[in-house]
Amino acid sequence: MFLAAEHFVRAPDWEWFILGYFFLAGLSGGAYVIATLLRLSGDPRDEPAARLGFYTSFVLIPLCPLLLTADLGAGWWKFWHMLVNVTPGNAGLNFKYWSPMSVGVWLLLVFSIFATLSALGAWLADRRGREGPPLLGPLSVAFNVVGALAGLFLASYTGVLLSVSNQPVWSDTWTLGGLFLASGLSGAAALIALLTRYRPEAVYSLVRLRLADGYFSLLELILLIAFFVTVVNAGTGARTIATAPLWALALVGLAASLVGLRAEGRRMRPSGGGEGGAAVASVGANAILVSMLVLIGVLALRAAVIFSGQ
Amino acid sequence: MEIKAGESYGFFTDTSVCIGCKACEVACKEWNQLEGNEPAFLADSFDNTGQLDAQNWRHVKFYDRVPDRSTTSGNGTAFLMMSDVCKHCQHASCMEVCPTNAIIRTEFNTVFIQQDVCNGCRNCVAACPYSVIAINQKTGTAHKCTLCYDRLQGGLEPACAKACPTQSIQFGPLSQLQQTADARLEALHAQGVTQAQLYGRDDKVYGGLNAFFLLMDKPEAYGLPNAENAVLPSRNNIGGYVGAVITAVVGVVAGLVAFRRRRMA
Repeated sequence: MFLAAEHFVRAPDWEWFILGYFFLAGLSGGAYVIATLLRLSGDPRDEPAARLGFYTSFVLIPLCPLLLTADLGAGWWKFWHMLVNVTPGNAGLNFKYWSPMSVGVWLLLVFSIFATLSALGAWLADRRGREGPPLLGPLSVAFNVVGALAGLFLASYTGVLLSVSNQPVWSDTWTLGGLFLASGLSGAAALIALLTRYRPEAVYSLVRLRLADGYFSLLELILLIAFFVTVVNAGTGARTIATAPLWALALVGLAASLVGLRAEGRRMRPSGGGEGGAAVASVGANAILVSMLVLIGVLALRAAVIFSGQ
Repeated sequence: MEIKAGESYGFFTDTSVCIGCKACEVACKEWNQLEGNEPAFLADSFDNTGQLDAQNWRHVKFYDRVPDRSTTSGNGTAFLMMSDVCKHCQHASCMEVCPTNAIIRTEFNTVFIQQDVCNGCRNCVAACPYSVIAINQKTGTAHKCTLCYDRLQGGLEPACAKACPTQSIQFGPLSQLQQTADARLEALHAQGVTQAQLYGRDDKVYGGLNAFFLLMDKPEAYGLPNAENAVLPSRNNIGGYVGAVITAVVGVVAGLVAFRRRRMA
């Protein structure tokens, strides 16, 4: 049941801090998931890129609670009220499974632990040798799989949080959770691909990172179409017109990924160079441009959604 | 009237007798020490407060219904006026989403925001379907009508209801107000005012409203969602999470396919 354009609600003024949080949470969660998937691929030559993913996730995650607390109207020192009930006579932990903001705060905490320990494990393994297996072997991979579930949640719940409101556009569609997740995965793949410049042994995974980015972008494109169908059907499609430049930027980022997918798909064919081509792929100027466009698109998508609804 | 903890209290606002004097707005500001916003010319009929917000916990709405053509005697409807306020919903959207549990139901069955608990996340602002809650710029916390919680605790009726000169705003035990509203509606219908209707009297709108209204037009004309559209934010939980889970499964499979592809090459 949607409000069918009958919204009388006030905008919450979630702006730049929240946009930054949505962007970084998507990238951090996405980077962890991609790093885990690289480990699950079973090829030890993907381990450098996997560790790069864990480092990326770890570096981004502390910025998330900083942005969230900076956005609190009553001051950052009240952030812990999200976790602990301070109502007199009702002391205890705050957890509402039906409120994505409440669940998200806890999952952010849980995911931060996974991101920190995984990055620590990657750093310790790096000290032994950059291309060796992960510390603790299968146990480490199992730990990563659980962390990746938290990462998937972190990258997607922000979209569900927007939907669980009475705001126009946001509450008129079921697609935002999936859309933010697909976009976060795509952005994280592009970011790790970009960072392989600084870790040459990770270049082995570069072509397949581009492929993965392309697949995620295809998924994002499907969800973007579903988003517009649902919003127009609810009668609030006109609200997206004012943010048309942001939607255009998001589409440019998507197009960059899809062009990359087409190019890398050719490269993966036996006649196009195959694995050998992948192994020696370098991060050229075009690849940097593609990654930057994808990341700008990820940011623009979130900005377009946030500002269309308020 | 004796005001007792454990009983449900509320407002019955009869818009058919509202004269738009704004005594309720003034009384509310005076009792609750609300400074009000900077004066502004809104060019919107006689409205000079514009909306419910952190400084306006009562707001008299004016809907211009001056007919384009001259009308017959006794058919001179010119304005719809309504003193709007927090509805103190039984199923309150703001309470549902509040992550800090700052929003509670009081011993008078009203909805109250604890200022020392609220941290200004604004989730309630995005959820309230009536645009009632707003952030106080000085405190950074969410503010709205308290239904004069402090006065109720002292055995006094809310300031707005006490000040209303036409009894458009009536305060009392909910069951008593509902009986009054039913009688008033029946009387209006008997007089041929068939457009009169009660809003929030029964449980069709957010489980029933402690602050309910007698309206002279459909709810949408007053900026109120009708019963069909009075829905809680949590309705979107299942759709949102299912969409995310399906995307997660497809995304993980897509990632594995991409990262394992070299074996086929």
